[in-house]
Amino acid sequence: MKFWRTPLDVDKLVVPHGEVHIIWERCKGCGFCVEYCPRDVLELSEEFNSKGYHPPKVVNADRCVSCNLCESICPEFAIYCVNTTQPEGGKTDGTD
Amino acid sequence: MTQTAQATNEHPMAEWLRMDRMPHIWCSTCGIGIVVTCFTEALKKSGIDPNTVAIVSGIGCTGRIAGYIRLDSFHTTHGRAIPFATGLKLGNPRLKVVVMSGDGDLVAIGGNHLIHAARRNMDITVICVNNFTYAMTGGQVGPTTPTTAYASTTPYGNYENPFNLPRLAASSGAVYVARWTALHLRRLTKSIGEALHKKGFSFIEVVTPCSTLYARKNRLGSGLDLMRFYHDSSEIEHHAELEKINIEFQKKIVVGKFVDEERPTFIDGYNARMKEVFGDKFKEYGEENGQN
Amino acid sequence: MVPTDPQGVLTGAHFLDGDYACAEGAMAAGCRFFGGYPITPSTEVAERITQRFPMMNGIFIQMEDEMASMNAVLGAAWAGKKSMTCTSGPGFSLMMENLGLGVMLETPCVVVNVQRGGPSTGLPTLPGQADMMQARWGSHGDYEIIALSPNSPQESFDLMVDCFNLSERYRVPVLFMMDECVGHMTERVVIPSAENILVEERRYTADPPDKHLPYKADENLVPPMTPTGKGYRFHVTGLTHDERGYPVINADAQNKIVRRLVEKIRKNAADIIMLEEEQVAGADVVVLSYGISSRVVIPAVEKARSQGVKVGTMRLITVWPFPEERIREIAANVNSLVMVELNLGQVFLEMDRCARGQCKTFLVPHCGGWVHDPEDIYNVLMEAAK
Repeated sequence: MKFWRTPLDVDKLVVPHGEVHIIWERCKGCGFCVEYCPRDVLELSEEFNSKGYHPPKVVNADRCVSCNLCESICPEFAIYCVNTTQPEGGKTDGTD
Repeated sequence: MTQTAQATNEHPMAEWLRMDRMPHIWCSTCGIGIVVTCFTEALKKSGIDPNTVAIVSGIGCTGRIAGYIRLDSFHTTHGRAIPFATGLKLGNPRLKVVVMSGDGDLVAIGGNHLIHAARRNMDITVICVNNFTYAMTGGQVGPTTPTTAYASTTPYGNYENPFNLPRLAASSGAVYVARWTALHLRRLTKSIGEALHKKGFSFIEVVTPCSTLYARKNRLGSGLDLMRFYHDSSEIEHHAELEKINIEFQKKIVVGKFVDEERPTFIDGYNARMKEVFGDKFKEYGEENGQN
Repeated sequence: MVPTDPQGVLTGAHFLDGDYACAEGAMAAGCRFFGGYPITPSTEVAERITQRFPMMNGIFIQMEDEMASMNAVLGAAWAGKKSMTCTSGPGFSLMMENLGLGVMLETPCVVVNVQRGGPSTGLPTLPGQADMMQARWGSHGDYEIIALSPNSPQESFDLMVDCFNLSERYRVPVLFMMDECVGHMTERVVIPSAENILVEERRYTADPPDKHLPYKADENLVPPMTPTGKGYRFHVTGLTHDERGYPVINADAQNKIVRRLVEKIRKNAADIIMLEEEQVAGADVVVLSYGISSRVVIPAVEKARSQGVKVGTMRLITVWPFPEERIREIAANVNSLVMVELNLGQVFLEMDRCARGQCKTFLVPHCGGWVHDPEDIYNVLMEAAK
């Protein structure tokens, strides 16, 4: 995780982590979640769902910080994020 | 990491929606669903007992919100959501009454009710989803369609002036007025929360993408392109001068909270006047007068 | 039925016009919400209510138009109030769409129409009875409605209580079809004590929220109401809907709901219909009338009887649903049926239809603006007796 300045409590910071769930058949492929995910976790899949849309798929699972933006911006109630942050030891891996 | 959840009721919105009615009728890239999520989020955070909340919608795409939100909800006739909501609120002041409807419904056929409810400072919240067109009926010109924009009934471009909704609401007497787009998720949610707690007539305009009709007829791409446009062209200016925030075709959209003030509501005014006239003989009209 | 809330009851003998008596009847019946828009000759109903409401915790709002009024009344009804509005011809026209919403949502409420002359602005200060078919068919779509018509201030009071009771029992807007004459006629009105005024309380569902279907009808074809604000999280819509209240857009759902909306009134017609008959048995001619016309008929009938004509009278207190069976029965036993009404033939058409050619039918027409000349009625009676 890159910081524009190093927070004083950086050693205590726990970067949250989330798990994205996609309700494949409910998706209408608008792409809002893919476009606005600040961590580029998602990508539109190649496959179609039965309605003929391309739902998103998770391509960078590790990068999800459980901000829930995908959940808020989805007009179909077809994606949601579960916070899986471990209380201890879930510290930033320093990549990025 | 689960990519496809079979148990659809795991979605955190499940308890707030009539899941037996999903999927909803709104088109791909329509923004109305986003407004529903933001409203629900705001309601959850507000601390208001959801069982005391009533949703009233008129007719149109946005009018279908009442059918999807799992709260007491009333899908009324075209343009009449606000007077129905007025009756609900006065009939049982304990209720938190929220009107969610579209621009055509609230401002064209229902325009008279909007300005009068604002004038009376009726204690309700109105969320006006503005997609610049009559979408349910196939993309006709509406009271908010920007000048020059194409619609099915303005095949040569719109030659009328649209309403500036925040200015209309504010000048009619609304005590809380804001405008956001469907992209301003957090700000919209916060704003709805403020409106829910506001005593009096609160009005929030939400500019939302309609790809099937408005965007298609104006060759603006998909709803996603409209969201990108909001991103690039909206400017937050709280308490902006309202006469300067008209929405012109594909020009800057000024968003923000424009009005936040206090004024006695309809019921406050009634109670105050009757107290003056009848003194202690008059029993205040209020929450305890809700029957059931 | 239970005794009414004494707060709204002005017990005693009064000298009131029909509009005031109607307002008193509403308050006695427990009406505590009024949303309306001024229009001659009905405005006195609203004025009386605004004067009296503050002392009985009622709430009055003068809306911006009649479409708003009708919707506010529906909203307040769903909030738990017994609610009403009053209007006259032009306003009645404006209410029609949302009267249909009231029918579709099955909302108990009362709409008073103090009829004046039409069409359009017509005769604002003079009587008419030409909105009767509009009362029956004014909103689009198939439905049945209840309409009562008083012929005196006393009855304006009494029948208003019935209007509210019927609206609660059958979950339907009830129309109170007064006319300018009755509205502005001042007579003695006796208001009983509260314990002698029985009112139908709103019947709410006994089911818990998780088992509740808002439009599951009882054996009477009427579903109990769902309370707002009590955790039922229910949905109602003007769209064709199923028992859950959810929109269902197909012919099957349409057939189910429209049939029930119609049948709940038709099957219970015997309970709803109120008639006043006099000397019908053995009559050769029976005169039908309602509202003010029923009083204008009296001298004509007396004169015809003095000439040896056997005349019976029937007054329609309930105009809709129409007393089809009774009219058919009478038609089989008389020479003629005569309708006296302030229009050029509206309820007459129903009478004629029900007579099915079993007897002759006559109309005594009048365009409104005044009442019939009893002599005109007499002449038709004599013609009918031939």
